[in-house]
Amino acid sequence: MIEVKDLHKAFGTVKAVDGVSFTARDGEITGLLGPNGAGKTTTLRMLYTLMKPDRGQVLVDGIDAAEDALAVRRQLGVLPDARGLYKRLTARENIDYFARLHGLPEDVIAERREALVKALEMEDIGDRRTEGFSQGQRVKTAIARALIHDPRNVILDEPTNGLDVMATRALRQFMQHLKHEGRCVLFSSHIMQEVAALCDRIVVIANGRVVADESPQALREQTGESNLEDAFVKIIGSEEGLAA
Amino acid sequence: MNARTAAPIARAHAFVTVFLKEVKENLRDRRTIISAFLTGPLLGPLILVMMLNITLNRQFDKAENPLPVPVIGAENAPNLINALKAEGIVPRPAIADPELAVRKQDADVVLRISPDYATAWRKGEAVQVELIYDSSQRDANASVERVSQVVETYARQQGAMRLVSRGLSPSTAWPVQAARRDQATAQARAALVFSILPYFFVLTVFMGGMYLAIDLTAGERERQSLEPLFANPVPRWKILAGKLAAICTFAAASLLISLLAFSVVGRFIPTEKLGMELDLGPRFGGQVLLLMVPLIALLAALQSMVAAFAKSYREAQTYLSLLMFVPVLPSILLSTMPIKAQDWMYAVPLLGQHLGIMQLLRGDGVTAQQLGLCLVGSLVAALVGVLATARLYQSERLAISG
Repeated sequence: MIEVKDLHKAFGTVKAVDGVSFTARDGEITGLLGPNGAGKTTTLRMLYTLMKPDRGQVLVDGIDAAEDALAVRRQLGVLPDARGLYKRLTARENIDYFARLHGLPEDVIAERREALVKALEMEDIGDRRTEGFSQGQRVKTAIARALIHDPRNVILDEPTNGLDVMATRALRQFMQHLKHEGRCVLFSSHIMQEVAALCDRIVVIANGRVVADESPQALREQTGESNLEDAFVKIIGSEEGLAA
Repeated sequence: MNARTAAPIARAHAFVTVFLKEVKENLRDRRTIISAFLTGPLLGPLILVMMLNITLNRQFDKAENPLPVPVIGAENAPNLINALKAEGIVPRPAIADPELAVRKQDADVVLRISPDYATAWRKGEAVQVELIYDSSQRDANASVERVSQVVETYARQQGAMRLVSRGLSPSTAWPVQAARRDQATAQARAALVFSILPYFFVLTVFMGGMYLAIDLTAGERERQSLEPLFANPVPRWKILAGKLAAICTFAAASLLISLLAFSVVGRFIPTEKLGMELDLGPRFGGQVLLLMVPLIALLAALQSMVAAFAKSYREAQTYLSLLMFVPVLPSILLSTMPIKAQDWMYAVPLLGQHLGIMQLLRGDGVTAQQLGLCLVGSLVAALVGVLATARLYQSERLAISG
């Protein structure tokens, strides 16, 4: 479970995140929806302790990120906005590198890696060097290395960015799969249909603030719009930066 | 979850994991391999051999071969001309514009004998012989020196004969005689020629680790892999330590190859032709390695720090090629300002290594005190460099790619 309480982060005079609070529960998919530049990536970066919040608290499975960043990172599987691979290593070697950084024993690494390779359908690319991988192949590899330590909580920053229809479908199914395993899945997106189709709970962020935190159904009821797209526009107050 | 129980293992292995991954990945990069194991370490020995062979052969050519010298007014001084011929200097017909000929390097030196030479000679008066040359043409200096010596020797012989014919001892005219006793050992003479060697060693270390240092931050950032890397439960300083170790390993391997190459090449340098002695064997190599160890760490830290400021791979490459000129400074300083080496200088990184390696080349060896100063001075500097880089590595901005 990920709990975020009143996060603030400013870069110079720009308030990127200005009082964000929400909770992402186990066995649910929580969507962080907002237009480009709303503060989604900065919020997530504070969750996986890449950045320190100016104010506020992050709790992952009850561990305070400010007190024990390493323990928090152990509880998290992260697909950041930057998902670069080591191009001179094969997909399997890329996965193994992160597994070893987590300190997993070699037999466990092999077992989990092969399970992920199978689940993500990467058998054909597993032993290829990642140089020249397609966007979809790259995301698969990045997800596999993020999940190699079997984390309870999974954070995905715009996971379907740049993926084609088939890859996007496969990824959504995989996220459902993670949810059914009882994990806490938190992902950000600026694509409304995606969030609507996947999420148990939607946190809408605009201008660094949470403007709505509801189930899709409740969101529709709250705004009085039967169409989710219209509901979003009404909440955010503008159509700018959103994609259908 | 098992992730928690696995934590202690992570602490023990993270450093090794990063180190091994960096080594493996970079061994697969052709550019790194070529720079670290071929051009870096072998360029020095090759250039040195080529330079030496050219200069040595040229000097010997000049000393042994007949030297053609245009002479103006040769008919005025047949005896002098004969003396020149006896020493292998071949008089050539006069030329119209000797000054221009010398500047255009048509002739190394031109001899001009004044028309009143014969009359003055007969009267026993002093006469003038002009040597026209251009000292900025270094190539010609050996020829000028040779002609000048022949003329002076001839003058002294003639003077002595005149004194003797007047019943005087030649020593009346030269009451003081300077006798040169050169104390330079054969090795010391060689060291003069090889003063460029320390720079080659530093350069090799520099080039050996350069591409890894660029990759360390600028490269990782450019290909957007730094952020996911930092999301792992490993303190940043451990990641940095693993990477620095990989840089040092490549740099050290580079230096080893270079030392080996020098020891092989040392056998083919015709030092005996110049009466020099040069020992580039295993003993020399081992001592150089010892002197350079702290410098390897210092350079790795400096390179990483500079590369961390760069936004892209290319930018880092530009900064580092500029940084590459810093190690030349002590070499230039010492060759232009012939200062006597003080002990404190050994504690200055780069300068200490330069002085130490020169001492080894001269065959004097380094004292324990000098060695200690050199090691401690450079180690302290390396430590400061590593700590500064580690501090830089903690910065929030470092990980953000875009």
